Amino acid sequence: MKRLIALLTLTLLLTACGQSAATPTPVPSATAAAYPAASDAPTSIPAYPVATDAPTSVPAYPVATDAPASAGQTLVIMTHDSFSVSEEVLAAFTAQTGILVQVLKAGDAGTVLNQAILSKNAPLADLLFGVDNTFLSRALEADIFLSYDSPALAAIPAELRLDASNRLLPVDYGYVTINYDTATLESAGLTPPTSLEDLTKPEWRGKLVVEDPSTSSPGLAFLLATISHFGEEGDYTWKEYWRDLRANEVFVSSGWSDAYYTQFSGSSGAGAYPLVVSYATSPAAEVYFSEGALSAPPTGNLLVPGGSFRQIEFVGILKGTQHEDLARQFVDFMLSETFQADIPLQMFVYPALPSAPQPEVFTQFAEVPSQPAGLTPEQIEAGREIWLSEWMEIVLR
Amino acid sequence: MKTLRLSVLASKPIRLLPGGLALAFLLVFFFYPLGAILGLSFAEGLAGFWAVLRDDYTWRVLGFSAAQAALSTLLTLLVGLPGAYVFARYHFPGREVLRAVAGVPFVMPTVVVAAALGALLGPRGLINLGLQALFDLPQPPLRIPNGLGLVLLAHTFYNYTVVLRMVGGFWANLDPRLEQAAALLGASRWRAIREVTLPLLAPAIGAAALLIFIFTFTSFGVVMILGGPRMATLEVVIYRQTAQLLRLDLAATLALLQAGCTLLLSLIYTRLAARSAIPLDRLPRTAVARRPQGVAQHLLVGANVLVILVLLATPLVALVVRSLLGPEGLSLGYYLALGENRSNSAFFVAPLTALSNSLRIASATAIIALLVGIPAAYLLGNAPCKQPRSWCGAIFNLIDALFMLPLGTSAVTLGLGYLVALSTPQLAGLRSWPWLIPLAHSLVALPFVIRALLPTLRGLNPRLAEAAALLGASPWRTWLWIELPLIMPAIITGAVFAFTVSLGEFGASLLLVRPDAPTLPVMIFRLLGQPGAINYGQALAMSSILMLTTAVSFIALERIRPPGAEM
Repeated sequence: MKRLIALLTLTLLLTACGQSAATPTPVPSATAAAYPAASDAPTSIPAYPVATDAPTSVPAYPVATDAPASAGQTLVIMTHDSFSVSEEVLAAFTAQTGILVQVLKAGDAGTVLNQAILSKNAPLADLLFGVDNTFLSRALEADIFLSYDSPALAAIPAELRLDASNRLLPVDYGYVTINYDTATLESAGLTPPTSLEDLTKPEWRGKLVVEDPSTSSPGLAFLLATISHFGEEGDYTWKEYWRDLRANEVFVSSGWSDAYYTQFSGSSGAGAYPLVVSYATSPAAEVYFSEGALSAPPTGNLLVPGGSFRQIEFVGILKGTQHEDLARQFVDFMLSETFQADIPLQMFVYPALPSAPQPEVFTQFAEVPSQPAGLTPEQIEAGREIWLSEWMEIVLR
Repeated sequence: MKTLRLSVLASKPIRLLPGGLALAFLLVFFFYPLGAILGLSFAEGLAGFWAVLRDDYTWRVLGFSAAQAALSTLLTLLVGLPGAYVFARYHFPGREVLRAVAGVPFVMPTVVVAAALGALLGPRGLINLGLQALFDLPQPPLRIPNGLGLVLLAHTFYNYTVVLRMVGGFWANLDPRLEQAAALLGASRWRAIREVTLPLLAPAIGAAALLIFIFTFTSFGVVMILGGPRMATLEVVIYRQTAQLLRLDLAATLALLQAGCTLLLSLIYTRLAARSAIPLDRLPRTAVARRPQGVAQHLLVGANVLVILVLLATPLVALVVRSLLGPEGLSLGYYLALGENRSNSAFFVAPLTALSNSLRIASATAIIALLVGIPAAYLLGNAPCKQPRSWCGAIFNLIDALFMLPLGTSAVTLGLGYLVALSTPQLAGLRSWPWLIPLAHSLVALPFVIRALLPTLRGLNPRLAEAAALLGASPWRTWLWIELPLIMPAIITGAVFAFTVSLGEFGASLLLVRPDAPTLPVMIFRLLGQPGAINYGQALAMSSILMLTTAVSFIALERIRPPGAEM
């Protein structure tokens, strides 16, 4: 009988655990993602406010008294897993406007956009951040965004504003490029290649890791860079280039994490390949995330002509939102200096606003490629499917 | 004997109600979202459907998916069956811990396993560094290329525990006197195994093989990362078509093909399994297992312990060692860093929070899977059919196979199915329902619960329950005191797997849009998404925490005992 009681107690306990998944649990400061200012908030915060419902949440902090009718309303932003922002910066927005911000992270950038497209009859959020220029055309064609001529756009360079209808507004940009492992190249007596063509030479046989463009966004960006550089017509197109890369034993990894950490020799994972397709800010990130152990990056950027691709990330207000006015306020905030200056160290990309100050680690170690690939979003959307299947035919099969 | 089966479950229609509810669960939470995404995918016609079926590439991928799954299953059985025997028949020190360790790989994200293999066998991994230091070599001597070999190895690494628990759990209660009787009658040891033990074990071995086959048939991360992009299963192609191209019609066709194969295979299995069950008296494990005696038995136990240590434990240990190696040698730096919000991010998640998110979802999953799986298993195990070969038997075989389907259905497709099904204004509110993730996980967990239970249920000797009824016990009392203790080991096996499936699953939690309540695997992925020593170190530290949590949970789950049971 004792055992029976023990079993029942345990079952009840487990059930209780299970139910705590159902009832909103007190959110410790850690998960206060939705509530920047709530780190010391009481426990009454609903953990899961519903996007489209009228917000049931009570602001857990003193609302700015001059805040207008928007005070206490919740704005939901859907974005990719790499999105980040400082607690203080989100708190500043809430203090300014009285609007609570909730963030739904929904996978990688492509997945997030797909989810937004498939749920357009009942949008999951008020705003979507993280559509990049490789997906811009698909996003615009799906017609899921509302146009917003933000006054803040005036300060953003025209070259970043790829959508003339202002349905998608540029927030940040970064460069996909090849990183090299300084120590390994030195000990092998190699000087970094100076052109994309060099990578097909014997001394670089079995030295480069790229990501599969059909499963990875830096992989796609690098493929687009080579398409832009070598072109689709002539004797030596991007296809011949990739045939040569394959013959030179390029290693294709399925995603950035595996490529960078397991295959690349310059990362903490200590792999076998000294060259990897990554980001121009990765060397700076290596210094920043070394906890002071490094004063110079262990890796360098291979800024060869045509070897870089600029990814621009956009924000848009989702059609069907009940909070268009609040969403506009947040878009303006994202383009303001407060938010823009926070971007580099949170997401390791460059702010779209040129006047936003950049941290020292960026000015020192993050180089900007001179001529990134020049494909328009329309060209990318039109070519994507065929390029990917041709690439797979050439490199994988 | 056929007509007087389990007392509580005499075939009155009312007894079928719990099983009917289980079936309704499957309809609502699996078939409805699946139907929604299929409907949307083919809304513009079947051109894509036919194009996929006419493409040679589809059939090559299908062939590869099936071939590598068959090889993986065979290899896992070969390595796992001796282990199952040893764990069922012998007591030896460290047995419980080893069994828990064997289950840890099941929850590990593939990226982490790849990193673990790198930390162990990579050019600057522990083994190469050790060999280089030992023999003064300039170059790392060992290089393991990605490819089919690594895929098979990884599948064995992941699924060893399925054989150990599914077969071992069944074997542990099998009366060894049957084999001894055969030996007394002059059968050789091999003949006794072949003609007595194996036929009795067949349902459990078949169940394990089916689960492993389906699991590896739909393998995604292992094939993509360890096999390299040149290898593709249907699931990998589905992901490509969906994530990059949003070609839902092509993805849906491939998903249907994959599900169709799963269904076909499950049907074949259920037909065979329903006929091969033999009712038996089951002995408590204490009466079955003993200490190894003599050189041969010690060698056998030792060899299997070695397999677990070398195949399963060393990569995991390499990971833990790596997580403890900071820039200045041994330190807990990465573990401590997990608790600090260094960059002041609004999305910082303390490890304890991620841990409790994981445990909460996994516990909820285990409870749902048992609440649905036990009635479902009773429904299938006590089909009210007079003849197993009648239309009635065929229907129940089909229902059995349908319950296996979630395991063989593309997670990408099903995730989008939930999204589409819940994207009508009426149902949109349900998208943030906290039970949604455990529900989605429990669909994948259900096949494990049902497969663990069915061989035991079908093998129950009905005379025990009849005797209790004759002695005046009520049906409920008979179930609680006679039947529950007998099926408890199988229930625990099912619960362990349900818990594990949820603990390691990140796909569904990524696909279903949720407010930020990340689990351990999700956090590991986020950490591995940024360059830098501290991110990598923290990801490995977080993985070590996940491993420890898993092992401890297994040991705790196994200590659950029903009333009066000696397992």
